[in-house]
Amino acid sequence: MRTQPTFRFDPARFFEARTGGHGAVVGIGYQAHGDDWAELTLPYDERLIGDVATGVIASGPILTLMDMATSVAIWLKRGQFVPQATLDLRIDYLRPATPGRTVIGRGECYRLTRSIAFVRGQAHDGDPDDPLAHVAGTFMFTEVGMSTGVGMATGVAK
Amino acid sequence: MTLPPYAQLLGIVAERDAGAPTELVMPFTPEVLGRPGFVHGGALGGLLEMAAIVALTEALGADAARVKPINVTVDFMRGGREKPTRAAGTVTRLGTRIANVEAVAWQDSRDKPIAAARMLYLLVR
Repeated sequence: MRTQPTFRFDPARFFEARTGGHGAVVGIGYQAHGDDWAELTLPYDERLIGDVATGVIASGPILTLMDMATSVAIWLKRGQFVPQATLDLRIDYLRPATPGRTVIGRGECYRLTRSIAFVRGQAHDGDPDDPLAHVAGTFMFTEVGMSTGVGMATGVAK
Repeated sequence: MTLPPYAQLLGIVAERDAGAPTELVMPFTPEVLGRPGFVHGGALGGLLEMAAIVALTEALGADAARVKPINVTVDFMRGGREKPTRAAGTVTRLGTRIANVEAVAWQDSRDKPIAAARMLYLLVR
């Protein structure tokens, strides 16, 4: 049996220590967290545009934002950084993100089992009562050494 | 169609062979890296969505409908390794207001997808 690390997962330090990868490239940053939730930011960037005619960013970066926000929420609820893989993620695009505005993604882990985490979340661009996306998904915990390598991970484990 | 800035950020290139559906290719670069040695799930999702939009745009042809994403469900099946990822979309139904599109992403063989997505689009005329 492996011993569990004793430090608690700190998302602010996690994002400070990040050295690169897709999340950093699209500009995702840390904003706030609680016991089972995290808020991350996605500042507007012309490189993320999906519709040149309107300047609206593509839906892909919002998927990345919510994948990471829900993933961080799981580490917070478990209290430690453990390898995990996204099994599935569903996003409802309620409305386009407003060009020029930072998108804020809030992810929540509302249920943990031994091997699966259930998550949900919302994204908005200023007014939490006027969300632009709603997400629901599941993650699987992967043992170190037998990792199947499915799906994402938000970056570099220190 | 010209791919938008976000597709260029991911390094996506469209491969069009006569008589075959367009395939998108996303090289393994630092821009799409997730945890060490693996493609980020968000980049995979972005690739799948782009493949779906390309397939839908081609299916619409001269039809000038505007396309708005309603939702997407992505299933992640295998880790994306340090090699190019390919993706292609299939329009399963093209209605007057709604289009259903599927997309798959693979590396070694199309028979072994690493991720798949199902998407709903609103068509605005």
